[in-house]
Amino acid sequence: MGEDTPTLQVKDLQTHFFTKDGVAKAVDGVSFTVDRGQIMGLVGESGSGKSVTGFSIIGLVDPPGRVVGGEIRFNGEDLRQAEAERLRDLRGNRIAMIFQDPMMTLNPVLRIDTQMIETILAHERVDQATARARARDALGQVGIPSPEERLKAYPHQFSGGMRQRVAIAIALLNRPDLIIADEPTTALDVTIQAQILHEVQKLCRQTGTALIWITHDLAVVAGLADHICVMYAGRMVETGRVDDVIDRPLHPYTHGLIGSVPSQNRRGRRLTQIPGMTPSLLSLPVGCAFRSRCERAGHACHKEPPITEPLAGRGIRCFHPHLGSTDEAAGEAPRDASGEIGP
Amino acid sequence: MSVFIIRRLMQSGIVVLVMSVLVFFGVNVIGDPVDMLINPEADQEDIEATIRALGLDRPIHEQYWYFLVNALKGDLGKSFIFGEPALKLILQRMPATLELAFAALIMSVVVGIPLGVYAGLKPDSWASKSIMAGSILGFSLPTFWVGLMMIMLFAVMLGWLPSTGRGDTVPLLGVPVSFFTWDGLSHLLMPALNLALLKMSLAIRLTRAGVREAIHQDYIKFARAKGLRTARIIRVHLMKNILIPVTTVMGLEFGNLIAFSLVTETVFAWPGMGKLIIDSINNLDRPVVVAYLMITVLLFVLINLVVDILYSVLDPRVRLQDIKA
Amino acid sequence: MTASLDERLVGTPEPGREPAAGGGTEGVQTPFRRFASDFLEDRIATGALVVLLALVFIALTAPWISPTDPYDLAKVDVMDGKLAPGETSFDGSVTFWLGTDGAGRDLLSAMFYGLRTSIGVGIMSGLIALIVGTAVGLTSAYYGGRVDTLIMRFVDLQLSFPAILVALMLVTILGKGVDKIIIALVIVQWAYYARTVRASALVERRREYVEAATCLALPPRRILFRHLLPNCLPPLIVVGTVETARAIALEATLSFLGVGLPVTEPSLGLLIANGFEYMLSGKYWISFFPGIALLITIVSINLVGDRLRDVLNPRLER
Repeated sequence: MGEDTPTLQVKDLQTHFFTKDGVAKAVDGVSFTVDRGQIMGLVGESGSGKSVTGFSIIGLVDPPGRVVGGEIRFNGEDLRQAEAERLRDLRGNRIAMIFQDPMMTLNPVLRIDTQMIETILAHERVDQATARARARDALGQVGIPSPEERLKAYPHQFSGGMRQRVAIAIALLNRPDLIIADEPTTALDVTIQAQILHEVQKLCRQTGTALIWITHDLAVVAGLADHICVMYAGRMVETGRVDDVIDRPLHPYTHGLIGSVPSQNRRGRRLTQIPGMTPSLLSLPVGCAFRSRCERAGHACHKEPPITEPLAGRGIRCFHPHLGSTDEAAGEAPRDASGEIGP
Repeated sequence: MSVFIIRRLMQSGIVVLVMSVLVFFGVNVIGDPVDMLINPEADQEDIEATIRALGLDRPIHEQYWYFLVNALKGDLGKSFIFGEPALKLILQRMPATLELAFAALIMSVVVGIPLGVYAGLKPDSWASKSIMAGSILGFSLPTFWVGLMMIMLFAVMLGWLPSTGRGDTVPLLGVPVSFFTWDGLSHLLMPALNLALLKMSLAIRLTRAGVREAIHQDYIKFARAKGLRTARIIRVHLMKNILIPVTTVMGLEFGNLIAFSLVTETVFAWPGMGKLIIDSINNLDRPVVVAYLMITVLLFVLINLVVDILYSVLDPRVRLQDIKA
Repeated sequence: MTASLDERLVGTPEPGREPAAGGGTEGVQTPFRRFASDFLEDRIATGALVVLLALVFIALTAPWISPTDPYDLAKVDVMDGKLAPGETSFDGSVTFWLGTDGAGRDLLSAMFYGLRTSIGVGIMSGLIALIVGTAVGLTSAYYGGRVDTLIMRFVDLQLSFPAILVALMLVTILGKGVDKIIIALVIVQWAYYARTVRASALVERRREYVEAATCLALPPRRILFRHLLPNCLPPLIVVGTVETARAIALEATLSFLGVGLPVTEPSLGLLIANGFEYMLSGKYWISFFPGIALLITIVSINLVGDRLRDVLNPRLER
């Protein structure tokens, strides 16, 4: 495992759900790389498959779902070939996960210290006192006051923001190489969210932990991440450095997403909307998944576009990306055939 | 915490009072009071003397008061058949019933909960399906008939176990118990198993439902994401959550077990309160019936109270709320 | 590790076509038909339903289809007593397929009549308890407030006491007789129905269609019966089946203990009791067969009820 081996390498991941009503291709072609200490934002709307991607990496996709294709390499190791016991060993240890709703992810009838200490003891042989001290320090690290007392408390005695900090502390306990955070601040109010984002970023920089931050909120990603991966209908549609993508989105979907953020638009103008709705994962259109909502769609889009790299460090899955000077710069509303603005 | 206990005690007191009214009402107003409380073979003079002595010629609310005062003194009437105070008769036989009910409870919990957990964790396996089918059989089988068949099979045909009665007893804290001797155990086994069948099925279904519900919760997934071993997840995370509702229900069912033991006691001639009650009903020994009902009400209320307290001790969410309140 | 999947499983549906609905029955799918086809998917429950219908048929037609009339004192001969299954009567006219009891009555016929009584009493008491319980539950839920609290205290009080004890108490007070047993069973059961109906009525009461009906100034009784009640039916049906099974078992238990139905209207419980004394001498059939009949009845009702619960409960997904 050399210095150059990326912490996580995902290639063409496919995770399908085999339900009574058909096969839902929750993840159908996602590729990205996360290097040591990097923060990547995995962005998409609900149903885009971002959470499932996170679960696929950590190996917690439950029936009727299953990872059916692609490669997941963690520090060079092929996770899909790994034994169940190896995966268990990695979880909570080298790869940690933070869930969305901390009220339900912490067991309501167990004390905080129990839930923290067991995470340590599951992976290391230390005595109770040492484990307890580490737990206490972790709570302090995430900014929880009087950690010694708080250890003896139960989850329902904490506020939402505190509980999420506890979850982050648990994730950091065994100093993992990678943390997957699945919309951890969506359920919290904005001020708490800002605090937590700041602290997480600081901690990751300090410890060199790679982080995948799954969210639907572009604003969060803009301030936090180094890289971004945009997902749509289970597919990766654009990747690249955060600043590059946000300043100059190539994929029509990303373009539309950024265009619809109020701060990006001129005051007084109508906000752009992407017309139509996300297709159901059970009946995706053949070819490019975004085809039915894209005003740049053409004949070629009936075939699924491959991933290309039109610019250095930018991955994109599109036949008609926003390239070249004849395209409008990000922020301007695109015009459709009749010359009207918007849908 | 003590506020909670005091409140519950008061509620329990009210329930006992209400039940005493109902029992009194039932005995003295619906039925014929003379018939109920007086030996039917006494002659006219004795009947009138007894009526006056028992205060039956007085108005109803006085009668009730009389009844209540007597009850608090521990006098619930005298049995016609045995001539002894009804209360004493019942208390004499209570240990046997409690022993039977307790043994049945232990059996149903020790067998039922693990089976239920298994059925909940692997619901589609062949073993699970048979467990669930067995549980339906368990609560559909009429207890008395199963008891008869057990006697038929194990005592008459195979001769392994004694058919009726209670075995040798050994005093424990002054109370005779039979599970310390082999003879006692062999007599206890069939009746306890018979009584346990119903509750075993309940335990299995309850536990399975609890497991099925808990297994999809986020905290289980999170426990897996932390890399905990499956054994620990089941033992600590799962069990702690389902044991709370399961133990409270089973605890409440203990009262039912005590009451229902009268069926098993009849089949196996087990010398408990239940057998006494059936015999008394058939012999029209009504004071004993009244005494039995009042004792049972009291026992019930007590069990409910204990279970309530137990619940608040076990579930941290409830416990801490009370402290705040 | 990546197994090759069956093409049919993985194949993408063509664009523009809805994926086929499960079952795929053509034609009109009324709610009842869908319910029926869901129910019948489980073969065991369907088998139980068939058995149950057969038993009800026997109960209804017992006087006509019994091989003998076991309660016709003229025909019963004590010389035929305690015969094992398959033996013939003393005068050779009848074969006792399941043997005879102590007095010479054909067990098979006695069982048919016993089924009639057991099922009859069970269903009768169940129906009355259902009506009473539903009325109380609906009232309690609809009027709410103090009425609701008072009624529910009553219900909870009764439900916290074991059925057997309540039944015993009532039977002691009321005495013996078919009508008295039915009354006792009704009093034991109504609270269960009341609580179930109240729970679902409380949920339904907040729904918009009730609000709409109230705005239209429909009389309360109409709202209760024409609007609320039909939507409370599913859990009620499930409870109905389970409670009927319990009632039948309870009646059998009481009869066995000698405090249930009188000797003139023997139910299966009494038949089993009659066989009690012969057990120790090895004549098992007198108690065994009526018990089997009782068992099959109760198990079928419970299996059907279980399946109904699975089908009618939208929360549980298989």
